[in-house]
Amino acid sequence: MTSTLLNAQNISLAIDGKQILQNITLQIDENQIVTLIGPNGAGKTSLVKIVLGLSKPSAGSVKLRKNLRVGYMPQRLHVDNSMPISVQKFLQLAVRAKPELIEQVLSEVKASQLLHSQIHSLSGGELQRVLLARALIQEPEFLVLDEPVQGVDINGQAELYALISSIRDRHQCGILMVSHDLHLVMSATDEVICLNQHVCCHGHPEQVSNDPAYLELFGKKQAESLAVYAHHHNHNHSLDGEVIDPDHDHTHEGHKHG
Amino acid sequence: MADFVLRALAAGLLVALITGPLGCFIVWRRMAYFGDTLAHSALLGISFGLLMDINLQFAVILACLAIALLLVQMESRHHLATDTILGILAHSSLAFGLVILSFTDVNIDLMSYLFGDLLTASNQDLLWISAGVGAALVVLALTWNKLLTITLHQELAQVEGLAVGKIRLLLMLLIATVIALSMKVVGILLITSLMIIPPAIARSYSSSPEKMAILASLIGCLAVCGGLLASFYLDTPSGPSIVVSAAVLFMISSSFNRN
Repeated sequence: MTSTLLNAQNISLAIDGKQILQNITLQIDENQIVTLIGPNGAGKTSLVKIVLGLSKPSAGSVKLRKNLRVGYMPQRLHVDNSMPISVQKFLQLAVRAKPELIEQVLSEVKASQLLHSQIHSLSGGELQRVLLARALIQEPEFLVLDEPVQGVDINGQAELYALISSIRDRHQCGILMVSHDLHLVMSATDEVICLNQHVCCHGHPEQVSNDPAYLELFGKKQAESLAVYAHHHNHNHSLDGEVIDPDHDHTHEGHKHG
Repeated sequence: MADFVLRALAAGLLVALITGPLGCFIVWRRMAYFGDTLAHSALLGISFGLLMDINLQFAVILACLAIALLLVQMESRHHLATDTILGILAHSSLAFGLVILSFTDVNIDLMSYLFGDLLTASNQDLLWISAGVGAALVVLALTWNKLLTITLHQELAQVEGLAVGKIRLLLMLLIATVIALSMKVVGILLITSLMIIPPAIARSYSSSPEKMAILASLIGCLAVCGGLLASFYLDTPSGPSIVVSAAVLFMISSSFNRN
């Protein structure tokens, strides 16, 4: 039996009258990787912050399993140049850090050689690994990764996704991941949620990559070069993401437009 | 050496011990202008303190905290950049302070508050400074790692379970306290320099936050010694002399680093 780690119901968020998120329902189970994809400004990071309890939704509820240990890898770490700090010290600052745990998580993300490096000297990929290690120090049952491959070259991206899959296999944790790009995460994810204010479509990665809502959101040209099939879509987005003029009232799995 | 010089030296060195590590946070968090704003509001505290006849150190701490809270409030209400709001608060609190001061009939030496007057430090001043610096150092040591964690990434710290709001408030309280303590040494208008110049010098020679903090303390002490020596032998004003000697250290250090 799998246990549910996170259950978010009908999450909506409006800031200064501007709708950011609309009626989003999301469930994550143990041992499951869920990837949020969507264009810039789709509300991915806002949703992540609500899930983590960093901000409150205007409506809806977020339930986490009791005493859930959460690991969080933020989108980016900006350490001011004026602060000298080594990877070791950075990891020691984690709330649950223990010396043997630090060596263990660093070797798990294949970055043991960085222990004594200064944070400022790391490359993009190395910094992401160190951030992932910091999240692992919490011995998380639920891992939240906000754009884990940001600033990493293509080869490095594939490696990082493989690493994330292997972490799931080893720790049996649930993972919520944010990404720009479906094709690279495909092999590393069980479920994809395509977000643009509301859930445009969701399901297995192959399914979503052929979904008209996905194709609409990411542009047919880009999608066609990788996916083979496209059909007519049920709604369009205006520039600010509002749903406009549904062509027909067919409903997509998981959501309805009223 | 005369008693008053030794008292001045002791007071200056004590204050330099705390401005070093605390100043590091101001540099790391890019709060230099924030520190300056709080320092300006110290004069508002002094005039209220004189008006209502309460302890001036406490009045200064209260005024700094009030301005810090006002800043947080204004930031969420106005669509203005933080540095604009800081500029409004800094100069209007200083101006309010001066205007209110004119209503009191107390005859004070304004210059000594603005630029410090270390050589007139009394035994009581020294006692205050030792107690305050001691307490601030203990609090800073106990919360050091937490302060570092929220400085590195606030949201990560929050997810890991730290009470970010309380820790930030504590940092503001520490800054307010140190401003109240160092007023005697370099004065309201020069306090920020004593907090940011030593860490700025220490940065090039440090590989960890702790080393930078300790080095900043030592550099601050060196600046105090240099400034007091100049003041004693050349009869220059003590507060500005201390800042000048810190600035000279900075220039020497950066000319070394260029090579």
